[in-house]
Amino acid sequence: MNLEVLAVDDSRTMRDMIRLALEPAGFRVHTADDGVHGTEVLAGITPDVIITDINMPRMDGFGFIDAVRDQIGHRTTPILVLTTEAAPELKMRARAAGATGWIVKPFDPSKLVKALQMVAG
Amino acid sequence: MTMPDPMAEIRASFFVECDELLEAMQDGLQAMEDGTDDAETIHVVFRAVHSIKGGAGAFGLEALVRFSHRYETVLDRVRSGDLGVEAGLLKHFFRAADHLSDLVRASRDEIKVPSGAGEAILAELNAHIGADVTPDEVEPEIEFQPTGLTLDLDVDLPPLNDPPRAPQFKICFTPDAEMFDTGNDVFPILRSVAALGACDIRCDTARVPALSDIVPETSYLSWTILLTSDVDEAEVASVFEFVEGLCKLRIERVAGSDTADAPPPPPLADEDVSRLPEPEADRPKIEQPPQRTAPAATKSVVRVDLDRIERLVNLVGELVINQAMLAQSLQSAGLSPHSNAMNGLEEFQRLTRDIQDSVMMIRAQPVKPLFQRMSRIVREASTAVNKDVRLITDGETTEVDKTVIERLADPLTHMIRNAVDHGLEPTHERLANGKAAQGHVTLSAAHRSGRVIIEVSDDGGGINRPRVLQVAMDKGLIPPDAVLSESEIDNLLFLPGFSTADTVSDLSGRGVGMDVVRTAIQSLGGRISITSTPDLGTTFSISLPLTLAVLDGMVIEVAGETLVLPLNVVAETVTLSASTLDAVQPGLDVVRVRGGLVPLFDLGYLLGYRARKDSYIDGVALLITHDDGSQGALVVDEIQDQRQVVIKGLDDTFYRAPGIAAATILGDGQIALILDPSDIIAQAGDPPHNRSQKTRMEA
Repeated sequence: MNLEVLAVDDSRTMRDMIRLALEPAGFRVHTADDGVHGTEVLAGITPDVIITDINMPRMDGFGFIDAVRDQIGHRTTPILVLTTEAAPELKMRARAAGATGWIVKPFDPSKLVKALQMVAG
Repeated sequence: MTMPDPMAEIRASFFVECDELLEAMQDGLQAMEDGTDDAETIHVVFRAVHSIKGGAGAFGLEALVRFSHRYETVLDRVRSGDLGVEAGLLKHFFRAADHLSDLVRASRDEIKVPSGAGEAILAELNAHIGADVTPDEVEPEIEFQPTGLTLDLDVDLPPLNDPPRAPQFKICFTPDAEMFDTGNDVFPILRSVAALGACDIRCDTARVPALSDIVPETSYLSWTILLTSDVDEAEVASVFEFVEGLCKLRIERVAGSDTADAPPPPPLADEDVSRLPEPEADRPKIEQPPQRTAPAATKSVVRVDLDRIERLVNLVGELVINQAMLAQSLQSAGLSPHSNAMNGLEEFQRLTRDIQDSVMMIRAQPVKPLFQRMSRIVREASTAVNKDVRLITDGETTEVDKTVIERLADPLTHMIRNAVDHGLEPTHERLANGKAAQGHVTLSAAHRSGRVIIEVSDDGGGINRPRVLQVAMDKGLIPPDAVLSESEIDNLLFLPGFSTADTVSDLSGRGVGMDVVRTAIQSLGGRISITSTPDLGTTFSISLPLTLAVLDGMVIEVAGETLVLPLNVVAETVTLSASTLDAVQPGLDVVRVRGGLVPLFDLGYLLGYRARKDSYIDGVALLITHDDGSQGALVVDEIQDQRQVVIKGLDDTFYRAPGIAAATILGDGQIALILDPSDIIAQAGDPPHNRSQKTRMEA
């Protein structure tokens, strides 16, 4: 199992943490700094699963999910929203935008791995 | 995670990021104070606080999480437009920002911060959003505790006393078409269920119509899973968390299922079309994915121990010396300057210089963070003395050696406090003098002729010279009958033990005077000077060398001694002739340079090497430009060379001779003193040019 992951988060700390959690578990991790950057990175790779933050400059997580789902090749690419927002309405908004699931920060590395495997197989 | 090292790394990088975020937050608040009210500005501030909260949660920094969460709540109200930005709110935002910085710093250094201050600030913030934030509403903070992933289950945790035997669950699962729109799929879900324990999975295809009737992207299948596992129901449900509401789902405990080891019950009535791979075999693979060494991530930032850079700087210094020695010995070996060896050496010299510049660049940092700390000092100081003060900063991007920045913080803090406390008049006095109620303190940085100039100026009443003189006499610092020029009076401020404050305020009158500031600046190889104009204000100007290690020097000879002058103070060289020389009065010679008169100083005489020369005709003088723009000319015997020299500090075991800044080792191994020409000229007496209200304090 060598899943390819795109993690979009404006916080370097978060990106580092995701990388740290996933790389030892055999994931190949790509990162992007915000939604706009995320779509750019996405153009060059075909990740098995995408992780995205919600609050980001330039293009937020909702916008990014929209942009990903608009691409025919990524209609079913699993997208996990990784955010400190735990409010149910945000989850619903994320789902309406096409997010597959969500994880509340701070995350436990092993559970993040599990969640990714849950959506990406 | 049992990987302490990478976590420590990330923790450190989190705090570096925090600094950046705090800076962005300060910038945003500043922009808001300056009247910017676009959505992006408040977004930036919000995101900064939000990101700090997120990271803090990951590291279990509870106090930081708690405060930033509540700060964020109020910011969010502004962001959503519920709350308008007005001066009072901004002031509280600034205070909250300051406190947040404190918390970040305290968290980094693992110090406890008394919660009282934070609570007071939070109370202020909460006042802006009324009773909307009750403690109850803030409670969800619990989710940010570092307890790991919370999958947001709305399901109550089952009692801990699980039955000893593995129970069985019957799960009926019918996905809606919408489930697939979110990127969820059946297979991963089934696999996750399979990972929980032995299961028997059956697919019900009864609803699949004839091919001609199939509508694409419609969900026709449903699954029935019989799971044997000792996990609780909540964990089974958690597998379906993401698809909750996007499918028909029924999970039920199979009654009397205490036969864990028994084979799964016979297939249900449905047609068996799908069976997952042997769950038990699959299980370890899912839970423990193959370990592999992650390839070293490509990083754009490397954090380096400052000691290592220090070492590199020193080594480059040695390299410069060595290169100069090599050049000298090749020259004395009689090699032609056009020989290959000499050409190669020239290239070598260029490379050395590039290396040196690059090394210096590593250490250089913009003064912006330092200035931002000062804006906080102004806020605190102005509140303490009840004055309305605005800090104006200029040249924040000016880059200065990191060590210099660090060691500037204390003296600058003191100067800023002084400016607020003593420099600016009380509000009623300002109004009486026809000034705006709000006082201005300006903090600026700039590169000027190879040095860094940092100025702190206020638009206050200027130095009260009669009072300064009186205080100095009262304290016995000067004889009662002393007659001092204005600049000499200003410079009394730098005397140890001098303080003009009639009452010791808790702000700046703590026995730390400007003498401490001057000592700190001097230890950085810098100088500090005062300019003051009555009713218009006072400016303290700090002039610092760009680097602490290497200097572009002019090698000169005076009375047989080889000396080095910093090249950046030498404006030009002047050949003296009878037509350009003049004597204003006996012992005070001047030289005419482009229509202006510049005082002439005999370096050999001033340094005590020899008597004053009778005639300077046909001599060479170096035109020295001071930091304040005034000039003087130093007579030297010979100009030898222009080269880089490594500054070797003279420590305290040497007598601190006036006019001598440091020493260096020349290419031939000889030791030469590095002069501070401004100091030498100042020692020679206040020259009679345009310095009515300007003066300099020299090292």
